[in-house]
Amino acid sequence: MTALLYVLLAIVLAVAIWQITSILNLKGTIATDKDNNTQGILFAAFGIFFYGLMIFSFWKYSVILLPDAASIEGESYDTLYLVTMLLILFVQAITQFLLFYFAFKYRGIKGRKALFYADSHKLEMIWTIVPAVVLSGIVLYGLSVWNDVMDASDAENPLIVEVYAKQFQWEARYAGEDNELGLANVRNIKGINTMGVDMTDKNANDDVPTRELHLPKGRKVIFKFRSQDVLHSAYMPHFRAQMNCVPGMVTQFAFTPSMTTEEMRANDKTIAKVEGINKIRADKGEDPYEFDYLLLCNKICGSSHYNMQMKIVVQEEADFNAWLKDQKTMAQVVVQ
Amino acid sequence: MSDHHHKETFVTKYIFSQDHKMISKQYLVTGIFMGVIGVFMSMLFRLQIAWPDHSFSIIEAFLGRHQDGGVMSPDIYLAIVTIHGTIMVFFVLTAGLSGTFSNLLIPLQIGARDMASGFLNMVSYWLFFLSSVIMVCSLFVEAGPAAAGWTIYPPLSALPQAIPGSGMGMTLWLISMAIFIASSLLGALNYIVTVLNLRTIGMKMTRLPLTIWAFFVTAIIGVVSFPVLLSAALLLIFDRSFGTSFFLSDIFIQGEVLHYQGGSPVLFEHLFWFLGHPEVYIVLLPALGITSEIISTNSRKPIFGYRAMIGSIIAIAFLSTIVWGHHMFVSGMNPFLGSVFTFTTLLIAIPSAVKAFNYITTLWKGNLQMNPAMLFSIGLVSTFISGGLTGLVLGDSALDINVHDTYFVVAHFHLVMGVSAIYGMFAGVYHWFPKMYGRMMNKTLGYWHFWITAVAAYGVFFPMHFIGLAGLPRRYYSNTAFPLFDDVADVNIVITLFAILGGAAQLIFLANFFISIYKGKKAEQNPWRSNTLEWTTPVEHVHGNWPGELPTVHRWPYDYSKPGQPEDFVSQTTPLMEGEEES
Repeated sequence: MTALLYVLLAIVLAVAIWQITSILNLKGTIATDKDNNTQGILFAAFGIFFYGLMIFSFWKYSVILLPDAASIEGESYDTLYLVTMLLILFVQAITQFLLFYFAFKYRGIKGRKALFYADSHKLEMIWTIVPAVVLSGIVLYGLSVWNDVMDASDAENPLIVEVYAKQFQWEARYAGEDNELGLANVRNIKGINTMGVDMTDKNANDDVPTRELHLPKGRKVIFKFRSQDVLHSAYMPHFRAQMNCVPGMVTQFAFTPSMTTEEMRANDKTIAKVEGINKIRADKGEDPYEFDYLLLCNKICGSSHYNMQMKIVVQEEADFNAWLKDQKTMAQVVVQ
Repeated sequence: MSDHHHKETFVTKYIFSQDHKMISKQYLVTGIFMGVIGVFMSMLFRLQIAWPDHSFSIIEAFLGRHQDGGVMSPDIYLAIVTIHGTIMVFFVLTAGLSGTFSNLLIPLQIGARDMASGFLNMVSYWLFFLSSVIMVCSLFVEAGPAAAGWTIYPPLSALPQAIPGSGMGMTLWLISMAIFIASSLLGALNYIVTVLNLRTIGMKMTRLPLTIWAFFVTAIIGVVSFPVLLSAALLLIFDRSFGTSFFLSDIFIQGEVLHYQGGSPVLFEHLFWFLGHPEVYIVLLPALGITSEIISTNSRKPIFGYRAMIGSIIAIAFLSTIVWGHHMFVSGMNPFLGSVFTFTTLLIAIPSAVKAFNYITTLWKGNLQMNPAMLFSIGLVSTFISGGLTGLVLGDSALDINVHDTYFVVAHFHLVMGVSAIYGMFAGVYHWFPKMYGRMMNKTLGYWHFWITAVAAYGVFFPMHFIGLAGLPRRYYSNTAFPLFDDVADVNIVITLFAILGGAAQLIFLANFFISIYKGKKAEQNPWRSNTLEWTTPVEHVHGNWPGELPTVHRWPYDYSKPGQPEDFVSQTTPLMEGEEES
């Protein structure tokens, strides 16, 4: 593929130079019948290239896409995405076909007169009303998903976790046994208290600071996001989750993990993707890669924006509780 | 005015000219110059994305110490991306496109001697020129140019501690943009006043070519939304230099707490996108207007649904001012607002669909004259559809969550506003070149230019959707920190190769353009056999446009292939025949 493109590039450059040098001899300026014919046929060819590129991309690049959603909300996201995408591809296939076909079919011929057709109330009504109806459906469906996804109510005894962003790393803080986060402000940042937790707040003592995000499968998690310096965005693509971290305010997002890390590693799509990656890595002589969920920064935040990440581990709830118990609380960390 | 001949010196004719035709050429050439810089930058960062560890000694010549050992530094990568976006959106597609063609066509197509205020028009251009100079100068400051993304969200853009580009580079960026906005407001006011007041006899609003409708409505959007960006820029200057806290609060950086308290970066996002979204249409509508005109002329058919086209331009313009929040679905804004913005955003799909269908219907049973301008116009319809459709994903708040700020967005907006608008600009240049320079551009080079560009554009942006759907964030200096993204590396190489191909194809255009100015074949008065008034002016430019009386208009501009007429076009100045009905 790459070699082919190099060759193409070389050919194009050669042609370009040849064409440019011969411009003085070429005085053609207005399309003749011959041009109309050639260009019309080229549009038909381009139509074929266009559909070919589309089909090729879907065939070749499907494997690099994200695997199945790993959260309950993400599953309804994926369904909405699929419905929308099918609609898009349907409209795309038809309109582009008509465009290229008409460009080919009605290429100019000297003496032929075009049809004087300036208006049709009926047609215009059709393509105003049909998109309006279809869009209403999409909007209603989309908004119902949006309302579900953005529901951060604590009706289901959710786990509360703070995700804290700074140039260029992530930290996390679990709300602890009382499931309430202690207050925090950047003005309290001192030494080991890197998140500026207010230790005079009694809710703060049992909070658990960590450098790795562990989540329980099947329990809703409410994330509270803070940033200490510039805008960041907490992007967890496998869970179809994203929210900006804004200095000076707390933002939130919630989802319910539905697959543990182990289960995701055993997912067919993940296996196919990881195989592909490891083939590339082997060619470069790098160690094989094992799948992990990731939290990555998705809002430009400075030099090392491209390497601001945190590992996410989804576990069965019992394993998660055991892990959390092993971690030191704020009180233990700060007192030390 | 036209009767007595002004004595013109070199300076008043070519430099401080008040003639709209000369000003339009000044805009075009400046826009092309900025475009060369903008496209060149995209070549640099595409090389970095495709081959992140590779050393490019040739590029070291351009980036100097920012490219130590031939490898670009992350800061300069972000700076180049930022300046590429700024230059392409504002300097090329706003000033270069709208400035060129609004100036050229508004007086010529409505039958006016010049703009309402030639002086303001001149000032508008020179402010644009000044802002371009400042923007180019900002590339050379010591810590590098602005690097916070073209959206310059604070606090990153406000704090030099956060990124080096937020020092002098950002100051110059803000000054340049403030001047740019002043320029574009002066231009826009002039366009609005001219269209409303200086139409010739018989040129009713319902007889205006769609180009003029597009420029007119674009100018109105500009007047409504650009001042908001100006206020955002000024407030940001205050935060940066005078210690206010409009956009900043609770910041701890490099070991110290800053004094800012109570501001909100989200406020900046609102102000920015209140311009930023309409800006998409400021860029796109003129391109669509140009396309309407060119598709109709070259199909030898009236544009289908003239009134619906006007209606959809107005609807798009109105809606464009109430959808800005769809850039902020995951900004922390109230989810209810997300619902509202989803609704208004997806409404825009309706007038857009009407426009796309009307273009396709205009081609149907036409007699298509495949001039280079026509090729680019058809190309525009194609990319407008391809790019517009993915808007259904991004405009839907729920679906936006997972593709927000990924390469999916980059692919979407490059197709729908980048490529489409630049196709519109090329189409306009090929079509009105004879009007601007009195000579013709070469068609063979035009064909090569179009086809290579068309293949390259889809080759770049179609695969790009997939790496976005793979979860790859935009504005990453390199993907090597994530084994997860190792499998997009090959796709990135393909994209870069197509990008270089597309960039190289623009050399064909540059050669064609500049050589044709001097050596092109002399133009006839109406080479495309078009109906509109600009083709009734003499080929040699005269101050005042028409040597004698201003033309009188008797019909709408789209009487192509009208039954009962001897030719397949009828100039707007031709009176109706006996018993003929106006369309």
